[in-house]
Amino acid sequence: MNELAQAIPYFGSRNPRVARGIVLALMLLAPLLAGMIGNTWIRVLDAALLYVMLALGLNLVVGFAGLLDLGYIAFYAVGAYTWGFLASPHMGVHLPFWIVLPAGAGLAAMAGILLGFPVLRLRGDYLAIVTLGFGEIVRIFMGNLNVTNGPQGINMLDSLNIFGWDVSRNIQITESFQINALTSFYYVFLLFVVGSVIVMRRLQISRIGRGWAAIRDDELAAKAIGINTRNMKLLAFAMGATFGGVSGGLFGSFQGFVSPESFTLLESIAVLTMVVFGGMGNLGGVIVGAVALSLLPEVLRYIALPIQQAIFGKVLLDPEVLRMLLLSLAMIFMMLIRPAGLLPANARYSREELVKGLKEKQA
Amino acid sequence: MQPWLHAYAALGVDAKSLILPRRGSSIPARLYLLAPSDALVLYNLLTQVTPTLNTMETLLQQIVNGLVVGSVYALVALGYTMVYGILGLINFAHGDVLMVGALVALQVAAYLQNTWPGLGTTAILLISLGAAVPVCMLMGYTIERAAYRRLRNAPRLAPLITAIGMSFLLQTLAMIIWGRAYHSFPPLFPTAPLQPIEGVFITPVQVTILVASAVLMVALVLLVNKTSLGRAMRATAENHRVASLMGVDTNKIISTTFIIGSGLAAVAGVMISSNYGVAHYSMGFMPGLKAFTAAVLGGIGNLGGAMVGGIVLGLVESIGAGYIEQLSFGLLNSSYQDIFAFVILGIVLIFRPTGLLGERVSDRA
Repeated sequence: MNELAQAIPYFGSRNPRVARGIVLALMLLAPLLAGMIGNTWIRVLDAALLYVMLALGLNLVVGFAGLLDLGYIAFYAVGAYTWGFLASPHMGVHLPFWIVLPAGAGLAAMAGILLGFPVLRLRGDYLAIVTLGFGEIVRIFMGNLNVTNGPQGINMLDSLNIFGWDVSRNIQITESFQINALTSFYYVFLLFVVGSVIVMRRLQISRIGRGWAAIRDDELAAKAIGINTRNMKLLAFAMGATFGGVSGGLFGSFQGFVSPESFTLLESIAVLTMVVFGGMGNLGGVIVGAVALSLLPEVLRYIALPIQQAIFGKVLLDPEVLRMLLLSLAMIFMMLIRPAGLLPANARYSREELVKGLKEKQA
Repeated sequence: MQPWLHAYAALGVDAKSLILPRRGSSIPARLYLLAPSDALVLYNLLTQVTPTLNTMETLLQQIVNGLVVGSVYALVALGYTMVYGILGLINFAHGDVLMVGALVALQVAAYLQNTWPGLGTTAILLISLGAAVPVCMLMGYTIERAAYRRLRNAPRLAPLITAIGMSFLLQTLAMIIWGRAYHSFPPLFPTAPLQPIEGVFITPVQVTILVASAVLMVALVLLVNKTSLGRAMRATAENHRVASLMGVDTNKIISTTFIIGSGLAAVAGVMISSNYGVAHYSMGFMPGLKAFTAAVLGGIGNLGGAMVGGIVLGLVESIGAGYIEQLSFGLLNSSYQDIFAFVILGIVLIFRPTGLLGERVSDRA
């Protein structure tokens, strides 16, 4: 919890305790508040949490280790399809989540290593292009293979069933009061997100995380001080992919079907935009970016459509166009105006501090 | 029976007759099948899967198609490689400039056909090209001026992410203007295919594409190697700062590079959409990516390399698509065609990052 609360901008540092309370309350009450407006909004929140998890995973690769991955959605796809294979009538297998989710995560990690090995030597934009190609290859295969049922995808996926509790079923508490299935999903996802944040936080300040930061800042220097850059990079790919795989599995269980359509390049780019928009390398920033960029299009959908109807008498820009417009503009303007993102990752030591420290040592 | 025996059985081959070890041999059955003396067996397996495709005409036809597609890739690749050579930036939006060119040309051609039905097809083609090329040039200039120039000294990820954003912005704008529909490109060429060799067809559009791209490439090489503008471009690519010390207005040269590249992309866009007969908002993405692959394959930053890379990629792709079914024992089919570019890209970057003709070092990150 602490880790999340520290992320609040401005207010967080001035009055941390109150800020923490606000964040906590918001997190816990969000689905109930959203539910007052309509169930669609709880669904939007659920999707936002999945995006948060994806963005956190991608942030590990891009923000921590500095490896620009444009095919990240492929791991999401691996996770989702694993759920499709192991928990649906498609193969006739119905395994419980505590087997399927780790399986998806493991397969995704393997896919990450598979991608990582050949691209070890590549950096920057070449790496971006090859990972993009990897994402496309995965999508093309899923859209054409017989096993994955081609473009139709896999239907009727089992929903999340946690030791007998079917999350997708409404809970009837009293005659008139029930907990919506979407709300239950929200809390389950929230749990996963909090778990990921804690893991990420620990990772970031661990030996591994510092190794990644060193590689990101200067690979040659990192190698020179004895960091095994090959293993570290592979680890970054694998761990990033793991998070993608887990959220993919959750996505499959939540949506009930998987098809290649959900794993296009646009989604990879969308997740990347969230990371970049929020602030690469800063967990709080990434969460803010992911929530903002997954909620904004939905808000626009509900605000912009009636406005367009009123002014022009017809819908000029449909929601999907608005979303793309928003994402692309966010990317371009963020890079031009605030390249470090909304909430930049603060370097552990600023240059001034280093210089000062050095002088003190000499004196 | 072992599972892999079933695979052969499915192909109609009596697997047991092939695989039983020779008398007295200690080699396991599976290895025996892969022994060189059994290449013939494998060959028979291959031909049994799709015996009809394996003719000379199909091969020649695929080569013709590959040359046509490849020369379009080469044109687009020139734009990538020039920009990369000078700025070290992958201009993701380049493929989308191509798309805008195609759609503008389509719009103009459709308009002309409606208003002046008497106009000849050649005139329509030239006028619509004349409209598309300047529009794209202006766009290329604007993109560089508005987005990339300010990021020239920024950390490396920034311009790349901006370029991706730019690419999606262009697609979105095109979606707003032209919608999501596939627009059919008006047929401006005679459709009856020529048949230079019995069984091998080439359409007049394809002939035009081959000739036009050859002319443009020669013109570009002459421009870069023989004119003072070209000299300035090469100097800027070599070293910005020194070039500007020598009196080269590097900003102007970079703008010019974007303008030339975008013009070529516009022509390529018209070529692609008149060859396939359609244009739509996301048509630029794949050719853009493949052209980039071509540029890398030939050696990025190298004009000749881009051309060679484009042609080679076109050939590999189209021949590969024709034979992928046989090569993969019927597992894959031609809908996997797009994979070739990515696989080639990966292989080249890993084993020979300088490309076929390149001398530049790839590790500039």
